[in-house]
Amino acid sequence: MTDLAPTPSQTAGPYLHLGLLWDDGPDVVAEGTPGAIVISGRVHDGSGAPVTDALVETWQADPDGRFAHPDDPRGPSACPGFRGWGRCATTADGGYAIRTLKPGALPTPEGATEAPHVNVSVFARGLLDRVVTRIYFADEDNAADPVLATVDADRRDTLIARPVDGGYRFDVCLQGAGETVFFDV
Amino acid sequence: MIVLPSYERPVGVHPPLDSPGYGSTALRHPKRDLVLLPQNLTEVTGPMLGADRIRPGDDDLTHALGGEAQGQRIRVFGRVLDSDGRPVRDSLVEVWQANAAGRYRHAADNWDAPLDPHFTGVGRVLTDADGRYGFTTVKPGAYPWRNHHNAWRPAHIHFSLFGRAFTQRLVTQMYFPDDPLIPYDPVLGAIPDPAARERLVSRFSLAGTTPMYQLAFEFDIVLRGPAATPMEAPHDD
Repeated sequence: MTDLAPTPSQTAGPYLHLGLLWDDGPDVVAEGTPGAIVISGRVHDGSGAPVTDALVETWQADPDGRFAHPDDPRGPSACPGFRGWGRCATTADGGYAIRTLKPGALPTPEGATEAPHVNVSVFARGLLDRVVTRIYFADEDNAADPVLATVDADRRDTLIARPVDGGYRFDVCLQGAGETVFFDV
Repeated sequence: MIVLPSYERPVGVHPPLDSPGYGSTALRHPKRDLVLLPQNLTEVTGPMLGADRIRPGDDDLTHALGGEAQGQRIRVFGRVLDSDGRPVRDSLVEVWQANAAGRYRHAADNWDAPLDPHFTGVGRVLTDADGRYGFTTVKPGAYPWRNHHNAWRPAHIHFSLFGRAFTQRLVTQMYFPDDPLIPYDPVLGAIPDPAARERLVSRFSLAGTTPMYQLAFEFDIVLRGPAATPMEAPHDD
């Protein structure tokens, strides 16, 4: 039974950089790690303007689909130097970039397989709670992914990162035409 | 077969992303409905950021840049729990705040209140085995902002928490008791439930003070806990 009421969210505000920026924040893996990719893109608001004061955070499995976490019942990840987690503030053009490894596919408790994906949280002034989305990869087989299957077919594209030189491009549109699919987590 | 923990989905706790009283939400809130995300491996795990993220002195914001900060010295402390009352242990807590005059050490804060040469307004602590955390700082000042005519933010400290799962990630703000600006604040006021708003207001703690040194405010944080498991129907025998 649950009995304590959860603490509500509040916006991270325009000065989130003070508390939340780390020098190695964007480095899910260190520079020079074999197989490293950069996932980059821009965050836009409902007018198409860049969101210049957002924070993008990512969380993902390693290339074998494992997590360095005690609640992963399959045992520990064996991917040294892989943090799984990254954060990057957006710049004057709304841009962010995370250096990581491409995640592996994941089993679900229902016996399905989730296609490789990265969970994303976006925090910013004007966001009273984080918004959560997922990055999938255009060059993977996403056809059987059980989460994508719940998303309207004409909006799935907003969750697909496109290959670019050195990695993938993934934009976040907070509102309006081309609005990114956001999840209730 | 894998068995995963699951986390409750709180209803009516968080402020709606579309909150017209807070002008910056206008162009930043999604207009389409959120899609329900199942809690699979990526959701029930999360970064276990620990002691390697803390440096000596990160729990004392009153000594920085070679001197002592100006203002009312306070201790802020409490526990991080889940909604089952279990401590969230060894978990990183990040805080940031304005100085005693209500000014942030940030290039985008151009209000002409004075900067404090010995206050950065940034702290990091780790919860202990009982979920307890604490840090020493100065009480932040209120400050004006441009949300509406004569708008002032009540004094607050920003908190960032990770818990142990992606689902538990929380960024919030702590307020101070008896702050006269609270009823006028559209950020806190965006939370629909008055009882939920009250949970963001710290309590003065005489027991937590240090005589001749600092006042104290207590602020407990509750992250989403395990979802209630379905109970078997009770037997009548």
